[in-house]
Amino acid sequence: MTERERPGGLAGLLSRITTGSDATALRTSLTTVGSSLAAVLIALTISALLLAVTGKNPFDAYATIIETGASGNKLLEMLRRATPLIFSATAVAIGFKMLIFNIGVEGQYLFAALIAAEAGSRVSLPMVLHIPFILLVAMIAGAFWASIAGVLKVRKNVHEVISTIMLNYIALSVIQWMFDNFFRDDEIEGLNIKTTLLPESARMPDIVDGRLNGMFIVALATVAGFWVLVYRSRFGFRLRASGFNATAAETAGISARTMTIIAMVLSGAVAGMIAMSSVLGEAYAYGPNATPIGFGFAGITVALLGRNHPVGIVVAALLFGFLDSTSAELQLADVPNSIVKVMQSIIVLTVVIVNEATIRRLNERTAEQARAQLAGAAA
Amino acid sequence: MSGVLSLTRMPTSGPRRLLVLGVGLLGIMSVVRLVTGYDDLTSSGTIGAALRLTVPILLAGLAGLWAERVGILNIGIEGMMILGTWFGAFGAWKFGPWIGLLLAVVGGMLGGAIHAVATIRFNIDQVISGVVMNLLALYGMRYLSELAFDGVPQGGISQSPPQRGAIPRIDAPFLSGGWSTPDILGWFEERGWFLIGDLAGIVRGLTTNLSLASLLAVLLVPASAWVLWRTTFGLRLRSSGESPESAESLGVDVIRIRYLGLLISGGFAGLGGGFLAIVSSSYYRQGQTAGRGFIGLATMIFGNWRPSGVLGGAAVFGYSEGLKLVAGGSVTGLFLFIAIVASLVLVASVVARRSRRGVTALITTGVAMLAYLTVDEVPESLTQSLPYVVTLVVLATASQRLRPPARAGVPYRPGGSH
Repeated sequence: MTERERPGGLAGLLSRITTGSDATALRTSLTTVGSSLAAVLIALTISALLLAVTGKNPFDAYATIIETGASGNKLLEMLRRATPLIFSATAVAIGFKMLIFNIGVEGQYLFAALIAAEAGSRVSLPMVLHIPFILLVAMIAGAFWASIAGVLKVRKNVHEVISTIMLNYIALSVIQWMFDNFFRDDEIEGLNIKTTLLPESARMPDIVDGRLNGMFIVALATVAGFWVLVYRSRFGFRLRASGFNATAAETAGISARTMTIIAMVLSGAVAGMIAMSSVLGEAYAYGPNATPIGFGFAGITVALLGRNHPVGIVVAALLFGFLDSTSAELQLADVPNSIVKVMQSIIVLTVVIVNEATIRRLNERTAEQARAQLAGAAA
Repeated sequence: MSGVLSLTRMPTSGPRRLLVLGVGLLGIMSVVRLVTGYDDLTSSGTIGAALRLTVPILLAGLAGLWAERVGILNIGIEGMMILGTWFGAFGAWKFGPWIGLLLAVVGGMLGGAIHAVATIRFNIDQVISGVVMNLLALYGMRYLSELAFDGVPQGGISQSPPQRGAIPRIDAPFLSGGWSTPDILGWFEERGWFLIGDLAGIVRGLTTNLSLASLLAVLLVPASAWVLWRTTFGLRLRSSGESPESAESLGVDVIRIRYLGLLISGGFAGLGGGFLAIVSSSYYRQGQTAGRGFIGLATMIFGNWRPSGVLGGAAVFGYSEGLKLVAGGSVTGLFLFIAIVASLVLVASVVARRSRRGVTALITTGVAMLAYLTVDEVPESLTQSLPYVVTLVVLATASQRLRPPARAGVPYRPGGSH
């Protein structure tokens, strides 16, 4: 392969990506974690101010959140709510690793949910095959929708941010059209219209009866797979190299076009599984009012908060899942539960800002040290 | 044939070309109207509805234009419009519609300021900031609605109470019967003569029951063009989006200019949201913007980052929406219109020996004709996606002709390399 032919170029890339010695790496990751925590604290302060300005007692609100957490009975709900977030953030993070901003996760997963739910209701298979079949269809459908943006980028140089935004809305239209005209189960009436209900063999078993289904395990497996693929495989190395410096990677024989398509397809495939905990485990169908929306954008925030790292994503998804799980208690305490979503947005914004500032400070310090060394050598 | 030849020998630029093109297209539309009997294709009712639907998209497009011209991507237009709907409706409910519009602008500018601080002061990725802006506005206004509108008569968690009064609407005198003068255009429109009837319908639609807010919004198009291309301030704005280093070397305060550009951008988006809440409707409703911020972004792209282009794009979408609203069945007439236009382009391409364009025109003619002959009713769900499909097609096929500001989306730090 070309890698063996040009070890110099790749070794150079490798050393830059893994940022030198273990000691520096450790210090960097400690700084990362520390600045993230600081950012969350800043965000909580801003949210408290917001609560106070709008006439709500921030201490009461936070006390409600903490009490809810301490009581422990929200643990399962936290995990349940974190499940789609883990998928969605992983999908976004795969794109980010290649410097591709997949804003289209929203459209990809809803499209996949409809196709997979319909396909699942049309076949009869034993459970060991039925569930994997539906998951596979969901991944293919998500990958298909995402690949449109990938092809447009590679062949026509259309920026993926614009194309995925447009494709989100096109997906909503196509889904509505397909659902109304072909896939809707006419026997289900009223507001809760759905596709044909999945048979027993296609229903994801619960880990804890009625409160958490097996998709949580699949989510953890997916995020683990993401870690192996991106950080421990040759492919992942090429992916990151291409995202880090496309021109340098190109000279080492890594085609940025191929990497773009693959990253988009993988991202879409993972996105396809976002709604599966609902389709396979709760609603047993796709429905305009039954399938949850908004996880595509929530995934972007979780990926940003988790800094596109597998561990970070799980932690961030659990944090957001926990915050979401307190909304009923907040509403009871007379605080509108939309404050939770506001807090999440503020957290992400401050984390990104603090992260950017930290990176710049680290870079400046490195530059300072280099300058000092140069000056020393000259003297 | 002579018509086709005149198309190929059309003046290559300037207002004459536009005039020839406009009259030609209107003539084709008139033929379609007479052949199909869909009188609503150019009726004043359709055009009036089209204008009301055009304005918010237009303002969103201008918001994108102002931001990208100073070099900052604004994915957060949708969020800034949401701020505009909420603040606008709040102002209109408490103080009346004009104050409402003013507050809508202020609300949008608040969003623009957040985006500016995040991307300019803290230098974070412009797309990320825009995405978070959208979420922050969506949930923030949901939170505020619950506090401000819940428990108020006719208000609710997701809806504001109705506003006090409305923005005045006017009819143009002599043309459309304003000030109890005769409705001359109405008389012509009723006759339905070739070309004259259509022209009368269009002008009457634009001058009847015209909200002063619509008038204001449309005037912002030439105003934007004038400021951006005819003033020193505009030159500085555009240079900050094309080549900030050069601008800075000539003494332009790029950072300040970019803040101003984003404030203006947010103001436009907020006004667009305010229009939705105050003119298109009379109260705030959750989800009122319905993706118009993104349609505006689309019109900015294939309006080629120019105010007149944005107006054109917004008008196309506003018109198709308006036609659907007023006379849904007439939409199939548009297929015939497209087929005729495409066949003329086909003939012109054959004459000019442009084979590639000819093939595209041939396919378009065939598909549009087939659609006209077979489709009875266009599914509502699919027509909704029209603006987005058109944008992708334009980006994929005509991107060489598009000229975005050179440095839109690229972070800039003053003082050279860092």
